[in-house]
Amino acid sequence: MDFSVAFNAARESLPYMLGGVGWTAGLIIGAMLLGLTLGVPLAVTQVYGPRPLRRMVAVYVWLFRGIPILVQLYIFYFGLLAWLSSLPGLTGIGLDSPFTAAVASLGLTSSAYQSQIFRGAIQSLPAGQLKAARALGMTDAQAIRSIILPQALRLAIPAWSNEYSILLKDSALAFTIGVVEIMARMRSIASTTHEPVSMSFVAGIIFFALTWIGVKGLTLLENKVRIAGYTRQGAV
Amino acid sequence: MSEATPILEARSLVKILGGNRVLENVSLDIGRGRVKVLIGPSGAGKSTLLQCLNFLIPPDSGHILLEGREVEKTSKRELCAFRQQVGMIFQDFNLFDHLSALENVRVALMKVKGMSKLEATERAVAELKRVGLADKATLYPANLSGGQKQRVAIARALAMDPKVMLLDEPTSALDPELIGEVLTVIRDLAQAGMTMILATHQISFSASLADEFIFMERGRIVEQGSPADLLARGAQSRTQAFCSKISELTGESGQSGQSGESGQSGESGQSGESGKAGAERRL
Repeated sequence: MDFSVAFNAARESLPYMLGGVGWTAGLIIGAMLLGLTLGVPLAVTQVYGPRPLRRMVAVYVWLFRGIPILVQLYIFYFGLLAWLSSLPGLTGIGLDSPFTAAVASLGLTSSAYQSQIFRGAIQSLPAGQLKAARALGMTDAQAIRSIILPQALRLAIPAWSNEYSILLKDSALAFTIGVVEIMARMRSIASTTHEPVSMSFVAGIIFFALTWIGVKGLTLLENKVRIAGYTRQGAV
Repeated sequence: MSEATPILEARSLVKILGGNRVLENVSLDIGRGRVKVLIGPSGAGKSTLLQCLNFLIPPDSGHILLEGREVEKTSKRELCAFRQQVGMIFQDFNLFDHLSALENVRVALMKVKGMSKLEATERAVAELKRVGLADKATLYPANLSGGQKQRVAIARALAMDPKVMLLDEPTSALDPELIGEVLTVIRDLAQAGMTMILATHQISFSASLADEFIFMERGRIVEQGSPADLLARGAQSRTQAFCSKISELTGESGQSGQSGESGQSGESGQSGESGKAGAERRL
C-alpha cells in the first residue's frame, strides 16, 4: 500500500467530505431539538400524568425504541411522509425530502430515549421539592416549570450529551435515503477514487471531531449551570 | 365571619394508606392567633394530619374549612388559592436547591401572586431580615446551615401572608446547637399573633407557646387540653407519660427552653415571657 497516494487522496477529498458536515450538523440539531421538544413533555406526562396518558407514553417509547432507525427511515421516507406530502395543502413544502424524513425518524427515536433521560432526572429529585411548591400555592404546571425542570434538566446534561454522541453516529444512516451527509460523501468518493480505507479514516476523524466538540460543549454547559453545592462528586 | 369562626377547621378526616387507617376520624379547629401543638409517638399520624390539612396528602374523607368556608378540593384553582393562605414548614426544609435564599422566598411571590420582580425582591428581603438572614440572601441552600435553611423556609412561607402556619417537626432534622435559632423565630411568630399548628417533640418549648396540646396516637386524637392541665404533676394523662419519657431520653429538663435562647443570632431575642417558666416548672 502506497501511503503517500492514500494520504494525498484523503487530503484532496477533505473539502468535499467537509461539505457533508453542514448536513450532518443539520440532522443532529434538528433531531436533538425535536427529541428535546417531545422528550420533556413525554417525561413530565410519564411522571405526573393520569394513568391512560402514562400508558400511551409508555407505548410510544416502546415503539420508537423497538424499531431500528433504518426501518423507520424507510417508513418515513417512502411511506408516511411521501403520503403526507401528497395531501392537498402539504405539497411542495419539502415534507417528502430525505432530510425531513431523516430528522423525523432520528428525532422521534431520540425523543423516546430522551424522555427516559428526563424521567430519570425528574424522579431523582426529592419529592419534597414538588410538595413545597404546591404548599406555596403553585399549580403543578408552575411547579414543574419553575422548580422541577430547572433542576432536572441540569441533572440530565451528562446523559443528554451521551444521547448526542449516539445520535451523531446514527445520523450516518441517513445516507441510505440520499441525504448527502458525511457518510454518503465518503461512499461516493471512495468508489470514484478506489481509496475506501483512507476515505473511511477521513470520515471517522470528522465524526470524532464532531462528537468531541458537542460533548465538550455540553460539559462546559454542565459546569456553567451547575447548582451551588453540587460538585463533580455529587451533592454536598 | 364572626370572631368565633375558626381560621382553619378539619372535620372527621380519614386517611387510609396501604390498608392502615393513618387518620381515624380526626377533627380539630383553630382560632385566630392561637397555637396548637401536636404531640405523640412517631407513626401517630401528626405529619399525615398536617399534610392533609392543606391537601398535600388528600384525605379519603372529611372536610376542611378555611374561615368557615369549605375548601372544594376538586377545584384545582381553589386548592391553589387555599394553599397560598396556609403556610407549611417541613421537617427537611425543602428549599429549592437551584435557587438562592432570596430567590426561594421570591419565586412564589412572582409566579403565584404575580408580583413584579422588584416588588417581590423587596418583600423577600424584608422576610429574610425578619428571620435574621438578610446577609445570606445570595447564598444557595447547599451553603446554608440547617438552621438557616429552616429560617429561609419560614421566610418563604411568611412572604405569602398565610392566615395559618402548619409546622411539621421544624427542628427534628437539625443539629442540637441549631435548634435554638429556629425556635426563636417560631416564638417571635407566635408572639406576633400568627396562628399555628405545630408538630414537635420540643415539649418544654411548645408548652410555653401552646394554647392547646393535642396528643395523637395511632391516627386518633387521644387527649387535648392546655399544656398546664395535661402536664400537671399527677395528671395521669397519656400526654404526661409520653412527655416525661422523652424528657428522660433527651435529658430535656427545665432549662431546655433557655438553651434555645442562647443559640440564636441575636436579631430577635428579647422574648422571655412569663408563662414559659411556669410551664417548664411543671415538667
